[in-house]
Amino acid sequence: MSEQTVIEARDLGLTFETNSGPIHALKDVNLTIEKGDFVSFIGPSGCGKTTFLRVVADLEQPTAGEITVNGMTPAQAREARAYGYVFQAAGLYPWRNIERNVKLPLEIMKMDRAEQDRRVSEVLELVDLKGFEKSFPWQLSGGMQQRASIARALAFDADLLLMDEPFGALDEIVRDHLNEQLIALWKRTGKTIGFVTHSIPEAVYLSTRIVVMSPRPGRITDIIESPLPAERPLDIRDSREFIEVAHRVREGLREGMSDVA
Amino acid sequence: MRSVVPVLTVVAVILVLWYAAVIPMNAQWAYDQAARAEVDLSFSDLVAQTMSADRPRLPAPHQVVVELWNSTVMEELTGRFGLVETGTLSNRSLIYHGWVTLSATLVGFGIGTALGILLAVGIVHNRAMDRSVMPWAIASQTIPILAIAPMIIVVLNAVGITGLIPKAIISAYLSFFPVVVGMVSGLRAPDAMQLDLMHTYNANRWEIFAKLRWPSSVPFLFASLKVGIAASLIGAIVGELPTGAVAGLGARLLSGSYYGQTIQIWSALFAAAILAAGMVALIGLAQRITLKRMGMMQ
Repeated sequence: MSEQTVIEARDLGLTFETNSGPIHALKDVNLTIEKGDFVSFIGPSGCGKTTFLRVVADLEQPTAGEITVNGMTPAQAREARAYGYVFQAAGLYPWRNIERNVKLPLEIMKMDRAEQDRRVSEVLELVDLKGFEKSFPWQLSGGMQQRASIARALAFDADLLLMDEPFGALDEIVRDHLNEQLIALWKRTGKTIGFVTHSIPEAVYLSTRIVVMSPRPGRITDIIESPLPAERPLDIRDSREFIEVAHRVREGLREGMSDVA
Repeated sequence: MRSVVPVLTVVAVILVLWYAAVIPMNAQWAYDQAARAEVDLSFSDLVAQTMSADRPRLPAPHQVVVELWNSTVMEELTGRFGLVETGTLSNRSLIYHGWVTLSATLVGFGIGTALGILLAVGIVHNRAMDRSVMPWAIASQTIPILAIAPMIIVVLNAVGITGLIPKAIISAYLSFFPVVVGMVSGLRAPDAMQLDLMHTYNANRWEIFAKLRWPSSVPFLFASLKVGIAASLIGAIVGELPTGAVAGLGARLLSGSYYGQTIQIWSALFAAAILAAGMVALIGLAQRITLKRMGMMQ
């Protein structure tokens, strides 16, 4: 494990005991994520992609294998506030305006007021929400709400950003726009990003590495290093490399499904 | 103001039905009077008499309104014991009795609300309380308040507590329950995702309570308070019944029934209803202001 390793999973497994028998949400997952990687997790529902992210975030406990986050256990990493987490729904507090929503983690971390203000204005600039500080969530569109929730996750400046289908509920036009902004943000900040999606174009467009997963048991079937350049305008999606990578992802997904369906 | 027409329509329908019911309800009395005086009763005489009986079985609406006016404004302005004459509220006026009941109601409501919130916080945060308190809270509400109220009065009287406090405790006994139920739902309103989010910030239970659970529960709190204040008023009135009809709307109801003063009973009932409606409206106003300030009302 090098200095640069952010997440390291060895033979990681997680089994949920249910009334209708055990469910193998994750089985024998081996993965290393280096600093600055943009890693997408893609696969059908039940493949464990969200579960893996939740294990990293210490929201689920693995039942087998080992995992470290910044060289610590997930619990220690969480206590050290090593990551920001973005959920599928924006989950903004309706009783707080955008500024105070973004401040929420900073208040809990007991940052002083001036520092809170500085960071809020910085991250709202980053997600292009300047001028909406005093707006309440219901006054914003779905895409803007999700940007505010990303700002909230960025506010305390953790080096690792975990995103669980953050754009899943948005329409394609808004999604394209946010994908573009996310790439720009990632390049500007140099953060490590773990990104769960079930959209092939989204995964290929965003990632430096794509982890293809399949269900029952949830496992990794393929890890693809993206050959795409760091500079990614939206029309890169029409290039030959892009289509080739997308094809390989689709093959991987189909392979994973063949022994199930 | 769009609601004015439907409301007035409903009121008009009630008044029509009420007036229509007054005639048959009091007809027997009018016929008996006529028989005793050995006169024939025409229909118009019958109607006039049933609408103006001294102790009718069912008083007509205007009789109740007149009694309400006389026993409030007129009593205080012109009565021998009234505010103008003596500088204190007359013990014959509904303002005096209404205030006696209202003060016990408000104290009881305060106690009940505080107790309800405390219990709800305990239930949400403590597994043992979650399992043990709720069944008892529900059981407490299955006991008829009319049965337990005299016991509370007697027991407290034995230890020297009389007057407002025993009535307030009966009020609190009724009003804590809707607050517990509403606040437990409110404090549990945040979904798993919102709790997970707090977990990722490594927030402690106090921070989760102060920043997430409490604000989430505010709309539930107001809904509970509206039910609770009405229950408080009922508790205070019931608490006045066993005290020997000294003061309060409950005392007016009781003395009215002793002496067959149906008009007095009905006007006390309406005074209680007006009081309850006023308090619920005030809570509604506080709700609107609070939610607006919190940004939760669009």
